[in-house]
Amino acid sequence: MKKAIAFISLTAAIVASSQASAVTITLACGAVGQELQLCREGAARWAKKTGNTVKIFESPNLTNDRLGLYQQQLAAKSSDIDVYQLDVVWPGLLSQHFVDLKGKVPTNEINAHFKGIIDANTVNGKLVALPWFTDAGLLYYRTDLLKKYGFSAAPKTWTEMALMAKKIQDGEQKTNKAFAGYVWQGKNYEGLTCDAMEWLVSFGGGTIVDAKGNITINNAQAAKALDTAASWVKSISPAGVTTYDEEAARGIFQAGNAAFMRNWPYAWALGQGADSKVKGKIGVAPLPSGGSRNAATLGGWQLGVSSYSKNQAAAIDLVRYLAGPAEQKIRAIEGAYNPTLQSLYKDKDVLAKNPFFGSLYNVFTSAVARPSGPTKSKYNQVSQAFSSAVSDVLSGKSKGQAAVTKLATDIARIKGRGW
Amino acid sequence: MTVQTTAPARPTRTRGIEAARARQAIWLLLPTLIAIALVAGYPLYRTFYFSLFEANLTSPEQRTFLGLGNFWFTTEDGIALGFLQDPKWWGAVKNTLLFTVVSVFLETVFGMIIALVVNSAFKGRALLRTAMLVPWAIPTVVSAQMWAYLYNDSFGLIGRGILGGQAVLANTDTAIWALVAVDVWKTTSFMALLILAGLQSLPGDMYEAADMDGASKWTQFWKLTLPLLRPALLVALVFRSLDALRVFDVMSVMLGNVNAAATSMTGYARQALIDNQLLGLGSAVSVAVFLIIMVIVVMYVTAFRVKFD
Repeated sequence: MKKAIAFISLTAAIVASSQASAVTITLACGAVGQELQLCREGAARWAKKTGNTVKIFESPNLTNDRLGLYQQQLAAKSSDIDVYQLDVVWPGLLSQHFVDLKGKVPTNEINAHFKGIIDANTVNGKLVALPWFTDAGLLYYRTDLLKKYGFSAAPKTWTEMALMAKKIQDGEQKTNKAFAGYVWQGKNYEGLTCDAMEWLVSFGGGTIVDAKGNITINNAQAAKALDTAASWVKSISPAGVTTYDEEAARGIFQAGNAAFMRNWPYAWALGQGADSKVKGKIGVAPLPSGGSRNAATLGGWQLGVSSYSKNQAAAIDLVRYLAGPAEQKIRAIEGAYNPTLQSLYKDKDVLAKNPFFGSLYNVFTSAVARPSGPTKSKYNQVSQAFSSAVSDVLSGKSKGQAAVTKLATDIARIKGRGW
Repeated sequence: MTVQTTAPARPTRTRGIEAARARQAIWLLLPTLIAIALVAGYPLYRTFYFSLFEANLTSPEQRTFLGLGNFWFTTEDGIALGFLQDPKWWGAVKNTLLFTVVSVFLETVFGMIIALVVNSAFKGRALLRTAMLVPWAIPTVVSAQMWAYLYNDSFGLIGRGILGGQAVLANTDTAIWALVAVDVWKTTSFMALLILAGLQSLPGDMYEAADMDGASKWTQFWKLTLPLLRPALLVALVFRSLDALRVFDVMSVMLGNVNAAATSMTGYARQALIDNQLLGLGSAVSVAVFLIIMVIVVMYVTAFRVKFD
């Protein structure tokens, strides 16, 4: 009896103290597509449950810009932002600024996520962040147009895709001047690195830098991959494709002005929205093969707690909640954000809303990681050198072979004394 | 920024009062001097300091001394690490200089024309003077984004409407001219304003005399207006050139940061410093930008004997 009373009063004391110390957590989330709205809603649910307050910090759309901003905050050891949304290639760059979640989050909760993504978030044994959603490049296509022009299935190879896109584009341009065969991310930024990695791997051209840190970009298959992509510009893709990011490509596809689009899974839910002109006419397939394999670049975002946060316990709780199954399920259903929890790929509600999650499960689990692991803190420089070289090939300033030869020198220069 | 033509009166009073005034002036200036030292001097000193080190932006405490290695350094394997050995840097310098020369030249010509028009008396002159400042008053980031939409090849008024689906911004070689157009659109009015201030200080009776002597308007412009306008014009030129040399926002917004690094010196510095976290190298680049701008200003001032008083 005494024990029970002690227990009750202790619990009451804990509850009271936790209520008394309701805190304000600042969460930095992205604003691509529905991200911001879903982030706001998820944070509000946690706030309601715990009695704390969450402030949302809006970050720039482009991942490079976001990183610049975060680095300034972190270098200044600012406590303004408690929880950061981190790109899958950042843990190596930023690990020293984040709380080690190992030991602070129960092991079974960590193990419920895909192992590959947990590995990507682990730097020297430290778990920098918890996976929130994963991403892989997908090929979106217009089912109605494929049918109209006599195609029965999505293309399997890039050659096939280019032929289909050309035929549809030529037909549609008779009535719609702005129609394009294929839209993708050609602007010189991290998104181009993702797109071009897919071409490289699908042609068997390696991953720029291999797992051991050797520079492997200078090879004939990589050159061929880049030349192939360059041949799309101004033939099946508009000249301006080299200024498009995710949202620009989505805007064109969703307005009904493109037959094919390369984008991340988030574009699905928006394409099926009430204001979409292509609602009910979208098909999703793995990106075509260049002869070697179908390849998708691994993307995705994680949530990490800043070491400079003044309310780390509450911040960790928020991260656990947002990365947890209930929240990931809501995000999968409402925004087609791919869960990082294996169990949700068998969930009926999720599959009903996103039928391609089940059929393209392999695309998500076999996605290719960018070389952020081996290149460590110099990843950004490597990625920029790569995307700039690709950009030169796309705009016709150089040819594939010349570009990869020069790129190998540039990357050697960045590597300098070692990664 | 006005150009004063009368020199301040020479001190002829007794030394005591003057000395007291000078002391007073120093005390009054002291807060300003301290503020300048804190907000301008210290960051400048830190930039010079870090340019001699290899340091990372996220942990500046750990740094190793490199000397001038950030500027010029070749490893034993023959790999060039200094930014002065990077062709991209020289591309950025070339593009910035091209941008500066072309845009400042066009702004001066158009600014002069606008100023001459607005200087003559006609109805609605006050309204026009205000209206011409509108492009200049819009924040650069906003106007740059607006122009980026105009240049868009699938829905832009210029990109699709006039150029028929060409993407001018896709290629840095064509983009530089698109950027010059934006800069001219935006800052011509500022140039016009500075020239207008100069024009209004010119005595009217001089033109009456010229008319009496039978000089044509054309002769009056070349022989009277332009020589007398020279001080005002040069100050305006220096101002615009400085602005154009450290151009950043238009490029960053319209081209994205990676391409901006190939088109402007400041974009290159930003990329090294922020995207690549190379605090040392980025500082060295900033120092180089500072020196380049300083050399150009000194050249201007000595060659044309610009007076800033």
